[in-house]
Amino acid sequence: MSDTPSELSYARTHEWALCEDDVVTVGISDFAQDALGDVVFVELPEPEQEVRAGEEAAVVESVKAAADVYAPVTGTVVEVNTALTESPELVNAAPYNEGWFFRVRVTSDVELDDLLDAEAYREHCEAEGDA
Amino acid sequence: MTPKRTPLHDVHVAAGARLTAFAGWTMPLHYGSQIAEHHQVRRAAGMFDVSHMAVFDIAGPGAPALLARVFAGDPAKARVGRAVYGVLLNPNAGVIDDVIVYGQRDGYRIVANAANGARVQGWLGGHGAGADVRLRDDLAMLAVQGPEARDAFAAAASVDVSGLVPFATAWHGAWMIARTGYTGEDGVEVLLPGNEAPALWRRLAAAGVAPAGLAARDTLRLEAGLNLHGQDMDEASTPLEANLGWTVAWEPAARDFIGRAALAKQRAAGPANVLRGVVLDGKGVLRHGQTVATDRGAGVITSGTFSPTLGYSVGLARVPRGATGECAVALRGRQAPARIIKPPFVRRGKRTFT
Repeated sequence: MSDTPSELSYARTHEWALCEDDVVTVGISDFAQDALGDVVFVELPEPEQEVRAGEEAAVVESVKAAADVYAPVTGTVVEVNTALTESPELVNAAPYNEGWFFRVRVTSDVELDDLLDAEAYREHCEAEGDA
Repeated sequence: MTPKRTPLHDVHVAAGARLTAFAGWTMPLHYGSQIAEHHQVRRAAGMFDVSHMAVFDIAGPGAPALLARVFAGDPAKARVGRAVYGVLLNPNAGVIDDVIVYGQRDGYRIVANAANGARVQGWLGGHGAGADVRLRDDLAMLAVQGPEARDAFAAAASVDVSGLVPFATAWHGAWMIARTGYTGEDGVEVLLPGNEAPALWRRLAAAGVAPAGLAARDTLRLEAGLNLHGQDMDEASTPLEANLGWTVAWEPAARDFIGRAALAKQRAAGPANVLRGVVLDGKGVLRHGQTVATDRGAGVITSGTFSPTLGYSVGLARVPRGATGECAVALRGRQAPARIIKPPFVRRGKRTFT
Protein backbone atom coordinates (compact mmCIF):
# COMPACT_ATOMS: atom_id res chain seq x y z
CA MET A 1 0.00 0.00 0.00
CA SER A 2 1.45 3.34 -1.00
CA ASP A 3 1.79 6.35 1.28
CA THR A 4 -0.92 9.06 1.02
CA PRO A 5 -0.48 11.85 3.60
CA SER A 6 -3.85 13.11 4.80
CA GLU A 7 -2.94 16.83 4.68
CA LEU A 8 -2.60 16.74 0.87
CA SER A 9 -5.10 16.87 -1.96
CA TYR A 10 -4.74 14.57 -4.96
CA ALA A 11 -5.61 14.60 -8.65
CA ARG A 12 -6.90 11.50 -10.40
CA THR A 13 -3.80 11.81 -12.61
CA HIS A 14 -1.63 11.18 -9.49
CA GLU A 15 -0.35 14.66 -8.65
CA TRP A 16 -0.53 15.89 -5.06
CA ALA A 17 -1.20 19.48 -4.02
CA LEU A 18 -0.39 21.20 -0.76
CA CYS A 19 -2.33 24.44 -0.31
CA GLU A 20 -0.77 27.17 1.84
CA ASP A 21 -2.68 30.45 1.48
CA ASP A 22 -2.69 31.19 -2.25
CA VAL A 23 0.42 29.09 -3.06
CA VAL A 24 0.03 25.43 -4.03
CA THR A 25 3.02 23.06 -4.02
CA VAL A 26 2.76 20.23 -6.56
CA GLY A 27 4.43 16.85 -6.84
CA ILE A 28 3.60 13.28 -7.87
CA SER A 29 2.26 10.71 -5.45
CA ASP A 30 4.04 7.74 -3.93
CA PHE A 31 1.73 5.52 -6.00
CA ALA A 32 2.88 7.32 -9.17
CA GLN A 33 6.62 7.16 -8.43
CA ASP A 34 6.31 3.49 -7.52
CA ALA A 35 4.51 2.71 -10.78
CA LEU A 36 7.09 4.65 -12.83
CA GLY A 37 10.13 3.08 -11.17
CA ASP A 38 13.55 4.77 -11.18
CA VAL A 39 13.10 8.39 -12.35
CA VAL A 40 15.96 9.62 -14.57
CA PHE A 41 14.78 12.97 -15.98
CA VAL A 42 12.37 15.69 -14.90
CA GLU A 43 11.33 18.60 -17.14
CA LEU A 44 10.01 21.48 -15.07
CA PRO A 45 7.94 24.50 -16.09
CA GLU A 46 9.57 27.94 -16.28
CA PRO A 47 9.13 30.38 -13.39
CA GLU A 48 6.44 32.95 -14.27
CA GLN A 49 4.81 30.42 -16.62
CA GLU A 50 1.02 30.32 -16.57
CA VAL A 51 -0.39 26.83 -15.99
CA ARG A 52 -3.97 25.68 -16.23
CA ALA A 53 -5.66 23.00 -14.15
CA GLY A 54 -5.67 19.67 -15.96
CA GLU A 55 -3.05 20.74 -18.50
CA GLU A 56 0.50 19.47 -18.89
CA ALA A 57 3.00 21.43 -16.80
CA ALA A 58 5.98 19.07 -16.39
CA VAL A 59 7.32 15.75 -17.60
CA VAL A 60 8.72 12.92 -15.51
CA GLU A 61 10.69 10.20 -17.24
CA SER A 62 11.79 6.91 -15.69
CA VAL A 63 13.85 4.12 -17.20
CA LYS A 64 10.53 2.47 -18.01
CA ALA A 65 8.25 5.27 -19.23
CA ALA A 66 7.62 8.97 -19.70
CA ALA A 67 4.60 10.63 -18.08
CA ASP A 68 3.06 14.09 -18.20
CA VAL A 69 2.55 15.90 -14.94
CA TYR A 70 -0.63 17.96 -15.00
CA ALA A 71 -1.14 21.15 -13.05
CA PRO A 72 -3.85 20.44 -10.45
CA VAL A 73 -4.68 24.17 -10.28
CA THR A 74 -4.65 27.25 -12.51
CA GLY A 75 -2.15 30.01 -11.78
CA THR A 76 1.39 31.31 -12.15
CA VAL A 77 4.49 29.24 -11.41
CA VAL A 78 6.40 31.02 -8.65
CA GLU A 79 9.11 28.43 -7.91
CA VAL A 80 10.45 25.20 -9.38
CA ASN A 81 12.49 22.48 -7.67
CA THR A 82 15.77 22.80 -9.57
CA ALA A 83 17.30 20.06 -7.38
CA LEU A 84 15.38 17.55 -9.51
CA THR A 85 17.49 18.45 -12.55
CA GLU A 86 20.62 17.08 -10.88
CA SER A 87 18.93 14.52 -8.62
CA PRO A 88 15.76 13.19 -10.28
CA GLU A 89 15.91 10.17 -7.94
CA LEU A 90 14.52 12.47 -5.20
CA VAL A 91 11.12 11.84 -6.81
CA ASN A 92 11.45 8.17 -5.84
CA ALA A 93 13.13 8.72 -2.48
CA ALA A 94 10.89 11.51 -1.12
CA PRO A 95 7.89 12.16 -3.38
CA TYR A 96 6.15 14.34 -0.77
CA ASN A 97 9.20 16.27 0.44
CA GLU A 98 12.45 16.86 -1.49
CA GLY A 99 10.80 15.42 -4.59
CA TRP A 100 8.29 18.27 -5.10
CA PHE A 101 8.06 19.71 -8.64
CA PHE A 102 6.80 23.32 -8.64
CA ARG A 103 4.77 25.94 -6.77
CA VAL A 104 1.83 27.81 -8.27
CA ARG A 105 0.17 31.05 -7.08
CA VAL A 106 -3.48 30.35 -7.73
CA THR A 107 -5.88 32.82 -9.27
CA SER A 108 -8.91 31.14 -7.74
CA ASP A 109 -9.38 28.22 -5.35
CA VAL A 110 -12.23 26.83 -7.37
CA GLU A 111 -10.37 23.81 -8.79
CA LEU A 112 -9.34 22.52 -5.37
CA ASP A 113 -12.86 21.23 -5.04
CA ASP A 114 -12.18 18.89 -7.95
CA LEU A 115 -9.26 17.22 -6.14
CA LEU A 116 -9.56 14.13 -3.98
CA ASP A 117 -8.80 13.83 -0.30
CA ALA A 118 -6.38 11.11 0.84
CA GLU A 119 -9.05 8.51 1.46
CA ALA A 120 -10.78 9.04 -1.89
CA TYR A 121 -7.40 8.98 -3.63
CA ARG A 122 -6.48 5.68 -1.96
CA GLU A 123 -9.70 4.18 -3.29
CA HIS A 124 -8.90 5.59 -6.72
CA CYS A 125 -5.44 3.92 -6.65
CA GLU A 126 -6.89 0.61 -5.50
CA ALA A 127 -9.28 0.75 -8.44
CA GLU A 128 -6.23 1.21 -10.69
CA GLY A 129 -4.71 -1.95 -9.28
CA ASP A 130 -2.58 -0.99 -6.32
CA ALA A 131 -1.33 -4.04 -4.42
CA MET B 1 -3.96 -19.19 -18.60
CA THR B 2 -2.35 -18.85 -15.18
CA PRO B 3 1.21 -17.55 -15.48
CA LYS B 4 3.85 -20.15 -14.67
CA ARG B 5 6.10 -19.77 -11.64
CA THR B 6 9.77 -20.63 -11.49
CA PRO B 7 11.21 -22.79 -8.69
CA LEU B 8 12.51 -19.52 -7.17
CA HIS B 9 9.12 -17.81 -6.98
CA ASP B 10 8.81 -17.97 -3.19
CA VAL B 11 12.38 -16.71 -2.79
CA HIS B 12 11.55 -13.66 -4.94
CA VAL B 13 8.38 -12.92 -2.96
CA ALA B 14 10.29 -13.17 0.31
CA ALA B 15 12.90 -10.75 -1.09
CA GLY B 16 10.18 -8.18 -1.82
CA ALA B 17 10.38 -8.46 -5.59
CA ARG B 18 8.03 -6.47 -7.81
CA LEU B 19 6.64 -9.23 -10.00
CA THR B 20 5.50 -8.89 -13.59
CA ALA B 21 3.88 -11.06 -16.24
CA PHE B 22 6.40 -11.95 -18.95
CA ALA B 23 5.96 -14.46 -21.77
CA GLY B 24 3.51 -16.57 -19.78
CA TRP B 25 5.56 -16.44 -16.60
CA THR B 26 5.48 -14.48 -13.36
CA MET B 27 8.97 -13.01 -13.11
CA PRO B 28 10.78 -10.52 -10.86
CA LEU B 29 10.90 -7.07 -12.52
CA HIS B 30 13.07 -5.55 -9.79
CA TYR B 31 13.71 -5.85 -6.06
CA GLY B 32 13.45 -2.12 -5.29
CA SER B 33 15.62 -0.22 -7.77
CA GLN B 34 16.48 -1.45 -11.24
CA ILE B 35 19.28 1.12 -11.48
CA ALA B 36 20.91 -0.12 -8.26
CA GLU B 37 20.67 -3.69 -9.59
CA HIS B 38 22.23 -2.59 -12.89
CA HIS B 39 25.21 -0.99 -11.11
CA GLN B 40 25.58 -4.03 -8.88
CA VAL B 41 26.09 -6.22 -11.98
CA ARG B 42 28.49 -3.76 -13.66
CA ARG B 43 30.55 -3.19 -10.51
CA ALA B 44 30.36 -6.43 -8.48
CA ALA B 45 27.98 -9.35 -9.04
CA GLY B 46 24.26 -9.87 -9.48
CA MET B 47 22.07 -12.89 -10.12
CA PHE B 48 19.05 -13.34 -12.34
CA ASP B 49 16.42 -16.05 -12.28
CA VAL B 50 16.11 -16.88 -15.97
CA SER B 51 14.27 -20.16 -15.49
CA HIS B 52 11.64 -18.93 -17.94
CA MET B 53 14.06 -19.51 -20.81
CA ALA B 54 13.03 -22.46 -23.02
CA VAL B 55 15.58 -25.28 -22.77
CA PHE B 56 15.65 -28.19 -25.23
CA ASP B 57 17.84 -31.26 -25.25
CA ILE B 58 18.36 -32.79 -28.67
CA ALA B 59 19.63 -36.36 -28.76
CA GLY B 60 19.56 -39.36 -31.05
CA PRO B 61 21.36 -40.24 -34.29
CA GLY B 62 19.57 -37.47 -36.19
CA ALA B 63 20.71 -34.68 -33.83
CA PRO B 64 23.72 -33.44 -35.86
CA ALA B 65 21.68 -33.33 -39.08
CA LEU B 66 18.89 -31.43 -37.32
CA LEU B 67 21.27 -28.80 -35.99
CA ALA B 68 23.01 -28.46 -39.37
CA ARG B 69 19.63 -27.89 -40.99
CA VAL B 70 18.03 -25.39 -38.56
CA PHE B 71 21.02 -23.47 -37.17
CA ALA B 72 22.54 -20.65 -39.23
CA GLY B 73 25.57 -20.59 -36.91
CA ASP B 74 28.46 -23.03 -37.06
CA PRO B 75 27.40 -26.48 -35.80
CA ALA B 76 31.08 -27.52 -35.65
CA LYS B 77 31.61 -24.98 -32.86
CA ALA B 78 29.00 -26.75 -30.72
CA ARG B 79 31.41 -29.52 -29.86
CA VAL B 80 31.27 -31.17 -26.46
CA GLY B 81 31.91 -28.61 -23.72
CA ARG B 82 31.49 -25.57 -25.98
CA ALA B 83 28.66 -23.16 -26.63
CA VAL B 84 27.86 -21.11 -29.72
CA TYR B 85 25.46 -18.19 -30.22
CA GLY B 86 23.42 -18.00 -33.41
CA VAL B 87 20.00 -17.84 -35.01
CA LEU B 88 17.28 -20.15 -36.33
CA LEU B 89 15.88 -18.88 -39.63
CA ASN B 90 12.67 -19.42 -41.55
CA PRO B 91 12.88 -20.05 -45.32
CA ASN B 92 12.80 -16.26 -45.96
CA ALA B 93 15.84 -15.89 -43.67
CA GLY B 94 13.67 -14.23 -41.02
CA VAL B 95 14.89 -14.76 -37.47
CA ILE B 96 12.69 -17.32 -35.65
CA ASP B 97 14.85 -16.92 -32.55
CA ASP B 98 18.37 -16.32 -31.33
CA VAL B 99 19.72 -19.19 -29.26
CA ILE B 100 22.77 -20.59 -27.56
CA VAL B 101 23.64 -24.14 -28.56
CA TYR B 102 25.64 -26.10 -25.99
CA GLY B 103 27.47 -29.19 -27.26
CA GLN B 104 26.87 -32.29 -25.15
CA ARG B 105 28.14 -35.86 -25.19
CA ASP B 106 24.87 -37.20 -26.52
CA GLY B 107 23.75 -34.25 -28.63
CA TYR B 108 22.97 -30.59 -27.97
CA ARG B 109 21.22 -28.35 -25.51
CA ILE B 110 19.49 -25.31 -27.03
CA VAL B 111 18.42 -22.35 -24.88
CA ALA B 112 15.77 -20.23 -26.59
CA ASN B 113 13.76 -17.17 -25.56
CA ALA B 114 10.76 -17.87 -23.31
CA ALA B 115 8.44 -15.97 -25.66
CA ASN B 116 9.50 -18.23 -28.54
CA GLY B 117 9.53 -21.56 -26.71
CA ALA B 118 6.51 -23.06 -28.43
CA ARG B 119 7.58 -21.78 -31.87
CA VAL B 120 11.10 -23.19 -31.46
CA GLN B 121 9.82 -26.50 -30.11
CA GLY B 122 7.53 -26.89 -33.12
CA TRP B 123 10.29 -25.89 -35.51
CA LEU B 124 12.82 -28.32 -34.06
CA GLY B 125 10.23 -31.10 -33.91
CA GLY B 126 9.23 -30.51 -37.52
CA HIS B 127 12.76 -30.84 -38.90
CA GLY B 128 14.18 -33.54 -36.69
CA ALA B 129 13.77 -36.97 -38.28
CA GLY B 130 15.78 -39.34 -36.10
CA ALA B 131 16.33 -36.72 -33.41
CA ASP B 132 14.67 -36.66 -30.03
CA VAL B 133 13.72 -33.11 -28.95
CA ARG B 134 12.89 -32.80 -25.27
CA LEU B 135 11.70 -29.69 -23.43
CA ARG B 136 13.56 -29.49 -20.11
CA ASP B 137 10.97 -27.66 -18.05
CA ASP B 138 12.26 -29.52 -14.99
CA LEU B 139 15.35 -27.29 -14.94
CA ALA B 140 15.97 -23.90 -13.38
CA MET B 141 18.43 -21.43 -14.87
CA LEU B 142 20.44 -18.83 -12.96
CA ALA B 143 22.64 -16.16 -14.52
CA VAL B 144 25.38 -14.91 -12.19
CA GLN B 145 26.93 -11.86 -13.82
CA GLY B 146 29.49 -9.18 -13.03
CA PRO B 147 33.25 -8.76 -12.55
CA GLU B 148 33.07 -10.68 -9.25
CA ALA B 149 30.52 -13.25 -10.46
CA ARG B 150 32.81 -16.20 -11.11
CA ASP B 151 34.66 -15.85 -7.80
CA ALA B 152 31.39 -15.49 -5.92
CA PHE B 153 29.88 -18.47 -7.70
CA ALA B 154 32.95 -20.61 -7.02
CA ALA B 155 32.79 -19.70 -3.32
CA ALA B 156 29.03 -20.22 -3.00
CA ALA B 157 28.80 -23.45 -4.98
CA SER B 158 32.23 -24.91 -4.11
CA VAL B 159 32.90 -25.44 -7.81
CA ASP B 160 36.13 -24.36 -9.49
CA VAL B 161 35.25 -22.34 -12.60
CA SER B 162 38.63 -20.62 -12.97
CA GLY B 163 39.52 -22.73 -15.99
CA LEU B 164 36.25 -22.06 -17.80
CA VAL B 165 37.01 -19.91 -20.85
CA PRO B 166 34.28 -17.79 -22.48
CA PHE B 167 31.61 -19.97 -24.11
CA ALA B 168 32.94 -23.11 -22.44
CA THR B 169 30.69 -25.38 -20.38
CA ALA B 170 31.39 -27.79 -17.56
CA TRP B 171 29.28 -30.35 -15.79
CA HIS B 172 29.15 -30.62 -12.03
CA GLY B 173 26.85 -33.51 -11.19
CA ALA B 174 23.47 -32.58 -12.64
CA TRP B 175 24.48 -28.93 -13.09
CA MET B 176 25.58 -27.50 -16.42
CA ILE B 177 27.74 -24.42 -15.89
CA ALA B 178 28.55 -22.16 -18.85
CA ARG B 179 30.58 -18.99 -19.14
CA THR B 180 27.85 -17.19 -21.03
CA GLY B 181 25.45 -14.35 -20.31
CA TYR B 182 23.35 -11.45 -21.56
CA THR B 183 24.84 -8.46 -19.75
CA GLY B 184 28.21 -7.62 -21.34
CA GLU B 185 29.95 -8.68 -18.13
CA ASP B 186 31.86 -11.76 -17.13
CA GLY B 187 29.90 -14.49 -15.40
CA VAL B 188 28.29 -17.88 -15.62
CA GLU B 189 24.90 -19.32 -16.38
CA VAL B 190 23.87 -22.44 -14.50
CA LEU B 191 21.21 -24.95 -15.52
CA LEU B 192 20.26 -27.21 -12.63
CA PRO B 193 17.35 -29.28 -11.33
CA GLY B 194 14.62 -26.89 -10.24
CA ASN B 195 14.45 -28.18 -6.68
CA GLU B 196 18.15 -27.38 -6.15
CA ALA B 197 17.84 -23.77 -7.29
CA PRO B 198 16.61 -22.12 -4.06
CA ALA B 199 19.55 -23.45 -2.04
CA LEU B 200 22.07 -22.23 -4.62
CA TRP B 201 20.32 -18.83 -4.77
CA ARG B 202 20.59 -18.48 -0.98
CA ARG B 203 24.26 -19.47 -0.96
CA LEU B 204 24.97 -16.92 -3.69
CA ALA B 205 23.12 -14.24 -1.71
CA ALA B 206 25.21 -15.10 1.34
CA ALA B 207 28.33 -14.70 -0.83
CA GLY B 208 27.30 -11.12 -1.64
CA VAL B 209 25.56 -11.67 -4.97
CA ALA B 210 22.49 -9.38 -5.12
CA PRO B 211 19.31 -10.39 -6.93
CA ALA B 212 18.52 -8.47 -10.11
CA GLY B 213 15.30 -8.46 -12.13
CA LEU B 214 14.19 -8.35 -15.73
CA ALA B 215 14.29 -4.54 -15.78
CA ALA B 216 18.03 -4.45 -15.04
CA ARG B 217 18.57 -7.34 -17.44
CA ASP B 218 17.09 -5.18 -20.20
CA THR B 219 19.26 -2.10 -19.54
CA LEU B 220 22.37 -4.30 -19.22
CA ARG B 221 21.78 -6.16 -22.47
CA LEU B 222 21.00 -2.96 -24.32
CA GLU B 223 24.18 -1.23 -23.10
CA ALA B 224 26.02 -4.36 -24.26
CA GLY B 225 24.43 -4.01 -27.72
CA LEU B 226 22.69 -7.37 -27.46
CA ASN B 227 19.46 -7.78 -29.41
CA LEU B 228 16.12 -8.71 -27.90
CA HIS B 229 14.04 -10.94 -30.17
CA GLY B 230 10.58 -9.53 -30.80
CA GLN B 231 11.92 -6.01 -30.47
CA ASP B 232 15.21 -5.60 -32.37
CA MET B 233 14.52 -8.50 -34.72
CA ASP B 234 11.75 -10.89 -35.61
CA GLU B 235 10.68 -13.29 -38.35
CA ALA B 236 10.35 -10.35 -40.76
CA SER B 237 14.01 -9.32 -40.37
CA THR B 238 17.15 -11.21 -41.35
CA PRO B 239 20.39 -11.53 -39.37
CA LEU B 240 22.03 -9.14 -41.87
CA GLU B 241 19.42 -6.54 -40.92
CA ALA B 242 19.87 -7.28 -37.20
CA ASN B 243 23.65 -6.81 -36.87
CA LEU B 244 24.01 -10.60 -36.58
CA GLY B 245 25.71 -11.37 -39.89
CA TRP B 246 28.78 -12.40 -37.88
CA THR B 247 26.88 -15.35 -36.39
CA VAL B 248 26.15 -16.95 -39.79
CA ALA B 249 28.43 -19.82 -40.90
CA TRP B 250 28.63 -19.66 -44.70
CA GLU B 251 31.26 -22.40 -44.84
CA PRO B 252 31.05 -25.15 -45.84
CA ALA B 253 29.18 -23.86 -48.88
CA ALA B 254 27.39 -27.19 -49.24
CA ARG B 255 25.59 -26.91 -45.89
CA ASP B 256 21.98 -26.19 -46.74
CA PHE B 257 20.61 -24.56 -43.57
CA ILE B 258 17.06 -23.26 -43.72
CA GLY B 259 17.03 -19.66 -44.92
CA ARG B 260 20.42 -19.89 -46.60
CA ALA B 261 19.24 -19.23 -50.16
CA ALA B 262 17.22 -16.15 -49.20
CA LEU B 263 20.00 -14.84 -46.99
CA ALA B 264 22.66 -15.37 -49.71
CA LYS B 265 20.52 -13.37 -52.11
CA GLN B 266 20.22 -10.51 -49.67
CA ARG B 267 23.90 -10.68 -48.88
CA ALA B 268 24.78 -10.28 -52.57
CA ALA B 269 22.43 -7.31 -53.04
CA GLY B 270 23.11 -5.78 -49.63
CA PRO B 271 20.31 -5.33 -47.09
CA ALA B 272 18.27 -2.12 -47.38
CA ASN B 273 18.27 -1.65 -43.61
CA VAL B 274 20.72 -2.44 -40.84
CA LEU B 275 20.69 -2.25 -37.04
CA ARG B 276 22.83 0.47 -35.47
CA GLY B 277 23.27 2.12 -32.12
CA VAL B 278 21.86 5.57 -31.37
CA VAL B 279 23.17 7.87 -28.64
CA LEU B 280 20.96 10.74 -27.51
CA ASP B 281 22.56 14.09 -26.68
CA GLY B 282 20.80 15.77 -23.80
CA LYS B 283 17.66 14.91 -21.89
CA GLY B 284 15.00 12.38 -22.74
CA VAL B 285 14.86 8.64 -23.25
CA LEU B 286 14.79 6.76 -26.55
CA ARG B 287 11.84 4.36 -26.77
CA HIS B 288 10.80 1.52 -29.07
CA GLY B 289 8.94 2.85 -32.13
CA GLN B 290 10.32 6.40 -32.28
CA THR B 291 11.23 7.67 -35.75
CA VAL B 292 14.87 8.44 -36.57
CA ALA B 293 15.76 10.90 -39.36
CA THR B 294 19.18 9.99 -40.84
CA ASP B 295 21.35 11.16 -43.75
CA ARG B 296 20.05 8.14 -45.73
CA GLY B 297 16.36 8.39 -44.85
CA ALA B 298 14.02 7.41 -42.05
CA GLY B 299 14.61 4.66 -39.51
CA VAL B 300 13.03 3.50 -36.27
CA ILE B 301 14.19 2.91 -32.70
CA THR B 302 13.79 -0.81 -31.94
CA SER B 303 14.97 -0.67 -28.30
CA GLY B 304 15.69 2.39 -26.21
CA THR B 305 16.46 3.05 -22.59
CA PHE B 306 18.28 5.24 -20.14
CA SER B 307 21.81 3.90 -19.70
CA PRO B 308 22.60 3.82 -15.98
CA THR B 309 26.32 3.37 -16.70
CA LEU B 310 26.57 6.33 -19.09
CA GLY B 311 23.95 8.63 -17.57
CA TYR B 312 22.11 9.29 -20.84
CA SER B 313 19.89 7.47 -23.26
CA VAL B 314 21.01 4.90 -25.82
CA GLY B 315 19.10 2.69 -28.20
CA LEU B 316 19.20 0.36 -31.14
CA ALA B 317 17.64 1.49 -34.41
CA ARG B 318 16.81 -0.03 -37.76
CA VAL B 319 18.20 2.52 -40.24
CA PRO B 320 18.95 2.60 -43.99
CA ARG B 321 22.28 0.93 -44.75
CA GLY B 322 25.10 3.47 -44.81
CA ALA B 323 23.45 5.89 -42.40
CA THR B 324 26.10 7.48 -40.18
CA GLY B 325 26.80 10.47 -38.00
CA GLU B 326 24.21 12.96 -36.85
CA CYS B 327 20.54 12.04 -36.77
CA ALA B 328 17.35 13.30 -35.12
CA VAL B 329 14.83 11.31 -33.10
CA ALA B 330 11.16 12.28 -32.80
CA LEU B 331 10.92 12.54 -29.03
CA ARG B 332 7.67 13.66 -27.43
CA GLY B 333 6.88 16.37 -29.97
CA ARG B 334 10.42 17.58 -30.69
CA GLN B 335 13.33 16.53 -32.93
CA ALA B 336 16.11 15.58 -30.53
CA PRO B 337 19.70 15.58 -31.82
CA ALA B 338 21.37 12.17 -31.65
CA ARG B 339 24.10 10.24 -33.39
CA ILE B 340 24.55 6.84 -34.95
CA ILE B 341 27.27 4.54 -33.66
CA LYS B 342 28.20 0.91 -34.00
CA PRO B 343 27.08 -0.99 -30.88
CA PRO B 344 27.90 -1.98 -28.17
CA PHE B 345 27.76 1.01 -25.84
CA VAL B 346 29.30 -0.60 -22.73
CA ARG B 347 31.35 -3.74 -22.19
CA ARG B 348 33.05 -4.85 -18.98
CA GLY B 349 31.88 -1.69 -17.22
CA LYS B 350 33.41 0.71 -19.78
CA ARG B 351 32.12 2.85 -22.63
CA THR B 352 33.05 1.26 -25.96
CA PHE B 353 32.25 3.94 -28.55
CA THR B 354 33.68 7.36 -29.31
